[in-house]
Amino acid sequence: MSGRLFGAAITRVEDARLLTGTGHYVDDIELPGMLHAAFVRANFAHGRIRSIDKGDALAMPGVVAIYTMDDFADIAQGPMPAMAPHPLLKTPITYHPLSDAEVRHVGEAIAIVLADNRANAEDAAAAVMLDVEYLPAVSDVVLARVANSPTTHSQYASNIAATMKAGFGDCSKVFAKADHVLTEHFDIHRGGCHAMECRGVVANIDLLTDALTISTSSQSPYMVRRHLAAYLKRDENGIRVMTPDVGGGFGPKANVYAEEFAVALAAIKIRRPVKWIEDRQEHFVATTQQRGQIWSLDVAFDNDGRMRAISGHCIHDNGAYAPYGLILPATAIASFPGPYALEALDLTVDVVLTNLVPTSPVRGACRPNVAFLLERLADRIARHLGIDRQDVRQRSFVKADQMPYTTGMKARDGSPISYDSGDYVGALNLVLEKIGASDFETRRKEAKRRGKLRGLGIASCVEDTGLGPFEGASIRVTPAGRVIVATGASSQGQGHRTAFAQIAADALGVELDDVTVETADTAKFPLGISTIASRIAVTAGSSVQLAADKVRAKAITFASHQLEVDEQDLELEAGAVHVKGIPDMKIKLSEIAGALAGSTGVPLPGNMEPDLAATAYFNSNALTFAYGANACEVEIDPETGDIRVVRYVVVHDCGKLINPLIVDGQIRGGVVHGIGNALFERMIYDEQGQPLTTTYGDYLLPMASEMPPIEIHHMETPSPRNPIGVKGAGEGGTIPAAACVISAVEDALGPNGPFISAHPISPQQVVQWLEVAR
Amino acid sequence: MTDQSVTFTLNGQQREAAADPRMHLGDFLRHSLGLTGTHIGCEHGVCGACTVIVDGSPVRSCLMLAVQIDGGTVETVESLGKPGDLSPLQKAFSANHGLQCGFCTPGMLMTLEAFLRTTPAPTEEDVRVAISGNICRCTGYQGIVQAALDTASAKANRT
Repeated sequence: MSGRLFGAAITRVEDARLLTGTGHYVDDIELPGMLHAAFVRANFAHGRIRSIDKGDALAMPGVVAIYTMDDFADIAQGPMPAMAPHPLLKTPITYHPLSDAEVRHVGEAIAIVLADNRANAEDAAAAVMLDVEYLPAVSDVVLARVANSPTTHSQYASNIAATMKAGFGDCSKVFAKADHVLTEHFDIHRGGCHAMECRGVVANIDLLTDALTISTSSQSPYMVRRHLAAYLKRDENGIRVMTPDVGGGFGPKANVYAEEFAVALAAIKIRRPVKWIEDRQEHFVATTQQRGQIWSLDVAFDNDGRMRAISGHCIHDNGAYAPYGLILPATAIASFPGPYALEALDLTVDVVLTNLVPTSPVRGACRPNVAFLLERLADRIARHLGIDRQDVRQRSFVKADQMPYTTGMKARDGSPISYDSGDYVGALNLVLEKIGASDFETRRKEAKRRGKLRGLGIASCVEDTGLGPFEGASIRVTPAGRVIVATGASSQGQGHRTAFAQIAADALGVELDDVTVETADTAKFPLGISTIASRIAVTAGSSVQLAADKVRAKAITFASHQLEVDEQDLELEAGAVHVKGIPDMKIKLSEIAGALAGSTGVPLPGNMEPDLAATAYFNSNALTFAYGANACEVEIDPETGDIRVVRYVVVHDCGKLINPLIVDGQIRGGVVHGIGNALFERMIYDEQGQPLTTTYGDYLLPMASEMPPIEIHHMETPSPRNPIGVKGAGEGGTIPAAACVISAVEDALGPNGPFISAHPISPQQVVQWLEVAR
Repeated sequence: MTDQSVTFTLNGQQREAAADPRMHLGDFLRHSLGLTGTHIGCEHGVCGACTVIVDGSPVRSCLMLAVQIDGGTVETVESLGKPGDLSPLQKAFSANHGLQCGFCTPGMLMTLEAFLRTTPAPTEEDVRVAISGNICRCTGYQGIVQAALDTASAKANRT
C-alpha cells in the first residue's frame, strides 16, 4: 500500500483539540443531577467483613446514598463474568462489583458512596465503619506457591490457580547432545501502567426508556457492554458504552472493572447520573499491574554459541483475581521462542494467586519478560564461551530465507505458529552499524578517562501483532460529501483518527479534511473487541481499507449507470468518479451519496442498494510478526552507581508504515516505558500485602531529564497477511528495552561484574556489585 | 465550610467566584469555572499535568488552594491558541508529535510557556530539566523537547 496519504508523516488531526484544552475526557462530563462516587476500599490485604456500619457516614453533608453488594441484590448479584474464560481455570476468579464479604487485596472496593461532590463522598467513605475478621495474607509469589502457604482465597486449598505447559521437540534429546548446558534464575519485578489519566466512569439511566449509557476511560468499551449486559440480564441493545478521549491505556484499561459495574449499578439504583474518577492513590491499589515473574531456565547450546533448546519453569504472580483469565501467562508462553530457531522447548508456568492487585497485560504483556529472558541467556552464552554477543544471535536467529518460519509453537486454535516475514539478523546488523558498535571501545576508553564506566547493550525481539478475531469499520459518504468512518476500535492516544482517515481518504480519492473518524461508541458501530496487543492497525486499519474499497466500487457502479459508461472505463479521483481520460465527464461523490439516499417515488438506478456506505470486518486469522533490534549505551558513575542511558538506537520492522510520525512516537514512548522497568519502576509490598510505594515520590517513573534521545530506523517488510501490509507497532519499543539497558549495564560493569538476572536495578545495587568486583 | 469569594485575573479577564476554602485550584478551575483544559493527574504534586501559570510562574494547581489566588493572576491552557489558530508552541508540539493521549499536554504547555518566557534560548538539557517535573507516559519526551527548542529558535530568528 502506498498513496498520497498512506505512508506520509502527516501531523495528527487529533492534535488541535488536545493542545487547546478542548479535548473531552471522562472527568470533563457534567450531567444535570449527577452524583459523585467515592469507594470505601480495604486497607487490609485479606479479611472477612462481618458487618458494615454506614450510619455516621449517611448523616454527613451532601451524602445521598451508600451501597454495598447486598443493596444491589434486586438488580444483580454474584461475581462478574470472566472476560476470557480458559479451560485450565475451572472456576473463574473474578471480582464482585463490590466485595461479597471476603476481601483479597488492599484496595478492593467494599462500598460505594454517592454525594453531591467528590470531597463530600470521600469524607463519608472514610466514616464508613467496617468490622473485619482479619485472615492471613500472602504477598510473596514464591512463598504463596508452597503447600502450607496461607491461601489468597479461603475457599481454595492452594494458591496455584493453573499450571500451563507448552513446548515442542524433544528437550531431553537436544540437551543430551548439546555441547553446553547452563541454568539461570530470573526475577522480573512488578510495575504499573500509570496512564496519566486514571480510570473513570460516568453512568446514566434514561428515566423514560431505562436505557443505560456509560462513558468510560477504557480500551474495551464493547467488552464492558457485553459483560454488563450479561450481568444485568439486559439485552445489550439497551446499553450504550462509549469512550471519550482517553488519557492513555497501556493495557490495564482493557479489563472490565468492578468499578464500572458498581457505578452502573449505583446509577440504576439511584436513578441519577453517577460519576467516579479514580484518583492516583486508587490507581496504585485498584488498577491492574504487571510483570512479576520468577523464572528458572536451562539452555542448551553448542560451541559456536548456537542456542538449541530451552527448558523452563515460571512462577507467575497473578495477584488476587483473574479478571482477564489466563491471558497474561498465556502471552508469556506465546512469546517463545522469540527470534531464536530452537530445536526444542519445554515450558511450565505456575499461575499463583497472591493477596495483591491482580496482574493483567501492561504494554507488551509478558513479551518484555520473555525478551529479557532470551536476550539475557544469549549474553550469558557469549560470556560463557568468550565470544561476541552478536555471534550468539546471528548463529541462533531464524534466517530471512527461512520465512515463513514455523516455530513449533501452537496458536490457541491448535494451528502452528508461523512467522510471516522479516530479517532478524539483518535488523541486528543494522542496529550495530547505526550505533557504531565497531568503534565502541574507543568510546568506552574515552568515558573511562572521565571516570565513567560505559557499556554497550543489545537486544532483539519478535512481537506477535494483529491478534484476532477482528475489528470492523463502516464508511458512509453523506450527501454533503463528508466521509464518515466509524469503528469499534477505541483510542487512547495512538492517533487512530489520523491513520484511519489517511487510509480512507486515499481509497476514496478525497482529502484528509473530508473525513471524520468516530471511534468506540456502541451506538455508532455494532461490534468491537479491544485496543490491545498491537492489533488495531492490522484489524481496524484493514477493515477501513476493505470498507472503503466497497464504497469505491459502489460509487463506480452508480456512475456507470448514470453516465452509461462501463465500470472499467471509470476512476475515482478528487472526490468524483470520472471517465478515464475525460476528467470533465464526472459525477461527484456527494451527488452519488445524495442520489443513493433516495428521493420519494424515484427508483434507484440498476435497483442498487441504497446509501453510499459499506461495512467491513477484517478477520485476522493469522498473526503478523513485527520485530526489532535495539542497541544502547549507558554510562555508570562508579562512585554513586548512577546509571545514564546516553544513546539508544532502534531498528524496527512493523511492515508498511501508515504514518511514520505516529509509529516513531509509539516506539519512543515504548522504549521509555521499558527503560522505566529496567531502572526505576518498583512496586513494593510488605509481607502482609500492604503496598509501600503509592506515590510518585516512592514509585519512580522515567522523566525527561533521565531519558536519552531515541534514534529510529525502519525496515519495511510488508506483511502478506492483511490487505494493507501492516504489522503492529504499539509495543515493539517496550519489548526489548529493559533487556537492552540491562545488557549495557552488565557490559559496563565489565568481565568481573555480575550476570544481571533481575530488574529494576538501582544505583545502590550497582555500587555493591562494583565493591564485590574490586 | 462557608464558601469564600475570590477575585483574580483569569486568562486576562477579571473574575470573581466563590470557592470552598478546602478546594484546590485545579478542581476550582475545572469544576467551578468549567475550564477543563487543566488536567488532574496525581493530586500530590509530582506529575505536573495540572500545571498552570500563577503570577508568571508555573504552579501545580493541585497543591494550591483556590482561595490563595485572591488578587492574583492565573493563566491556563485556554489562554494559548485556539484550534484554528494555534500558538507557536502548540504548533511545534503537533509538528514534532509531542503529544499522544493529550492528558499531560496542558501541563507541559504551561510549564514550557513559563520557561520560554524566562529562558528564550535554552539548550536541550535546559528543556529536559524544565519539564523534569512533568510526567508523560506516551511520547518518551523527545517530541516535547524538540517542540520547545523549535519554538525558541523560531522566535530568535524572528527577532
